[in-house]
Amino acid sequence: MKPAFSVLIFTVTSGAGYGLLLWMLFSQLGLYLSYGETVDLHELIGGGLLGLVLVTVGLLSSTLHLANPKNAWRAFNRFRTSWLSREGVFALMFYPAFLTYVYLVWSQNGTITTAAMVAGLLAMIIAVLVNISTGMIYASLKPIRQWHKPLTTPIYVLFSLMSGALIYLALNAVTHGHISYDLSHGYLILAAITLITKWRYFASIGKPAGATINTATSLGNEDKQAGKSQAAVRLLDAGHSAETFLTNEFGYDAGAMKLMKLRKMMWLLAFVIPAITVVLGAHFQFNGAAFFAIAICFAGLLTERWLFFAEARHVVRLYHGDQET
Amino acid sequence: MKLGLVVDLDTCVGCHACATACKQWNTSGTIGPLSDTAPYDKDPIGTWLNRIRSYEVEERTPAGNASSKTVHMPMSCMQCDDAACVTVCPTGASYKREEDGIVLIDQDKCMGCNLCAWACPYGARELDLDQGVMKKCTLCVDRIYDQELPEAERQPACVLTCPTSSRVFGDFDDPDSAVSKLTVERGGKPLMPELGYNPVNRYLPPRNNSDVPTISAEKDAVANQAGPSKLKQWANKLIAR
Repeated sequence: MKPAFSVLIFTVTSGAGYGLLLWMLFSQLGLYLSYGETVDLHELIGGGLLGLVLVTVGLLSSTLHLANPKNAWRAFNRFRTSWLSREGVFALMFYPAFLTYVYLVWSQNGTITTAAMVAGLLAMIIAVLVNISTGMIYASLKPIRQWHKPLTTPIYVLFSLMSGALIYLALNAVTHGHISYDLSHGYLILAAITLITKWRYFASIGKPAGATINTATSLGNEDKQAGKSQAAVRLLDAGHSAETFLTNEFGYDAGAMKLMKLRKMMWLLAFVIPAITVVLGAHFQFNGAAFFAIAICFAGLLTERWLFFAEARHVVRLYHGDQET
Repeated sequence: MKLGLVVDLDTCVGCHACATACKQWNTSGTIGPLSDTAPYDKDPIGTWLNRIRSYEVEERTPAGNASSKTVHMPMSCMQCDDAACVTVCPTGASYKREEDGIVLIDQDKCMGCNLCAWACPYGARELDLDQGVMKKCTLCVDRIYDQELPEAERQPACVLTCPTSSRVFGDFDDPDSAVSKLTVERGGKPLMPELGYNPVNRYLPPRNNSDVPTISAEKDAVANQAGPSKLKQWANKLIAR
């Protein structure tokens, strides 16, 4: 699949935004319920604003890949069947829930009332639902074997939580003056879970499976009587001398060497370097480390999303000569 | 009604007339135009609802002799019973008609997100780069019900134009229709049935060539060991080289 840059930006940025707001709500509600701690209004406004900017920039970026954006408002029409529609509806529902929470907490000077609690929990649930919908858009597509996997959706949720945790850690370092050990431990555990999940995902897409050029063309199956399982089918002529919408969209080939290199780069940028930076930053109490980790992690996440597209092979490729996907 | 096409892979000659006729009719039809970008330039690209690809199939006859074929395979929308392109559409632009099963796109509602093209395993949907909306085969819905046309012409443009009658249009729900009969007689197959989209269109497999009688090299060798007959030896001597 051709990587659509605006979609990469969208899922990484709004994923991080929802992750940040999730952790902020989790920590504020958790601290209030456990210790009766009131909410730090600087964190509430600063974090809330940062999260909303990330979410909104991402959502706006997603409309850039639409060929006819003037009809984008119609995307809320098919909530019952389309995951893309669900993503849009949940994304829209998040704003009133979260803003209600912010307003209620702010107007009570940091005390969380029952109403604020309900709004906060609702915002948390909706944020997770947006991430699940994003993952399901890809996971529900049967023609793309590498996307139609049980781990696709968990990975979208985990990456959102991981990048959000990193930003929340930096935000907390700014409001408290130092990097919190508890938060950095939480981040490291989350990063480890995400890494293992992504590793298992790569293992699950390793071998070609499913439709072949034989099932795609219905040709070559008669050869079973002759002892061979299936006859060879080869493309002689694609029928066009220039590129088509189909070859542009689905014919993308990055080359195995480049993909392997980028996978290594992704492990380093998304996990190893940010994790080491956070550990060192927490040890030496250097807040700048958290921001450096965020920047590197974003580059890693963009690489991860790029690979997610570049490694996906749509079955339409079988009609253009691929033997399997 | 379940309208669809039968394509005969045995008789299709890969002339691309169906694709051309399709483009000619539909560029001014209900979903038209089918835009082209840089049509006379180095890298032309355009919207087509029908594409023809040619394959080489390396088969063998039941007797084990080589029976390779060149098979031309025209493909348009399969009008799937379980059309995922319709399910994934967020705007409701894509829909499947209850009365005849034709899958259509409301050009006024499409936002050009490409998700339906991703969901389609057959490459039946192409984004019109100029208009920014998705285009697909309509089974010439603006021909087949047109009372102004003579009855014989109320068929998709690709079917009417096919010089070898390799394309047949009809109702798969009617067991007596030409498409249903052909599918039964010739063992018509769906493409990629394992994906579970239940495509309506059927492809008739190319007929297998019968074995051509051949002379066995071993038999000849045994016959030659006995040597030529006396008469032949005498004749050979007589005719000097």
